[in-house]
Amino acid sequence: MEKVKELTKKLTVEKQIPDFKAGDNINVHYKIIEGTKERIQVFRGDVIERKGTGATQTFTVRKISNGVGVERIFPLLSPNIDKIEVNKIGKVRRAKIFYIRELKGKASRIKELVKSTK
Amino acid sequence: MAGLIGTKIGMTSIFGEGGAIIPCTVIQAGPCVVTQKKSKDKDGYDAIQLGYGDKKEKNTTKPMKNHFEKSGGAPKAKLVEFKGMDNLNVGDVVTSEILAEGEKVNIVGTSKGKGFQGVVKRHNFSGVGGQTHGQHNRLRAPGSLGACSTPARVMKGMKMGGRMGTDRVKEQNMKIVKVLNDENLIIVKGSIPGHNGAYVIIEKKK
Repeated sequence: MEKVKELTKKLTVEKQIPDFKAGDNINVHYKIIEGTKERIQVFRGDVIERKGTGATQTFTVRKISNGVGVERIFPLLSPNIDKIEVNKIGKVRRAKIFYIRELKGKASRIKELVKSTK
Repeated sequence: MAGLIGTKIGMTSIFGEGGAIIPCTVIQAGPCVVTQKKSKDKDGYDAIQLGYGDKKEKNTTKPMKNHFEKSGGAPKAKLVEFKGMDNLNVGDVVTSEILAEGEKVNIVGTSKGKGFQGVVKRHNFSGVGGQTHGQHNRLRAPGSLGACSTPARVMKGMKMGGRMGTDRVKEQNMKIVKVLNDENLIIVKGSIPGHNGAYVIIEKKK
């Protein structure tokens, strides 16, 4: 399997990706091909998990759109991702925050991590 | 059928055209050595025998050692006959160079062993429908095995539970996504039978 990981890494184009984890609020700029035209759409939401290792990693972003929860899974090194912006660093205790799906309203907010300036 | 012998290395995914993810399997394809050439005069049919993989000399029997010495090489772990490769001679090496990107191949392997399995998993029976009509403990049962006093026996070949897996399975029309000739690796789209490290036969299609 080591050989497979090495090979996958070799075949995947490396990218600059900012550091983010579950609980962070991010903007994902991804390319959409409509016929022959290509445009960029932004998906803004909270990261609820990061999964996998190496070149086949994925992450899931959740947002509430018109009162309906929407989740999208992105491959981390997908060539269709133009860029990723980190808006907020969340204060969560878990690596996967699936419990957020059951919460509504005020309870579903994620506290922002404020680093002490001491 | 022309082809060569290889090993399944493992599965991964790569990005294809338009950023789509392609699930794929990495296979070590060769290098294989021609260990014997069979001819119509001597053996009744034309074929070549390819050898692949290393084998310890102490685990090789004397008759087989002599057989491998004819091709001038070390003992090989796996021997398979192929047809339609008559232009090769004993001692020649077959590598992944005979395969091309975009080509479709058949891949033969031995499926993973599943142990003793019931009819639902082994023969795709649907089991007993519901929980009603007095049914409570036979959800995955096979049902009737046949008629009553005529013939008063179970017909041969009746599908029942038993050992499942470790069968020879041929996966047809697998598309080759990439060929890496420097390492003799090929990447095919989709999954292939068997566990990682198992021997597979890569058959070229005509």
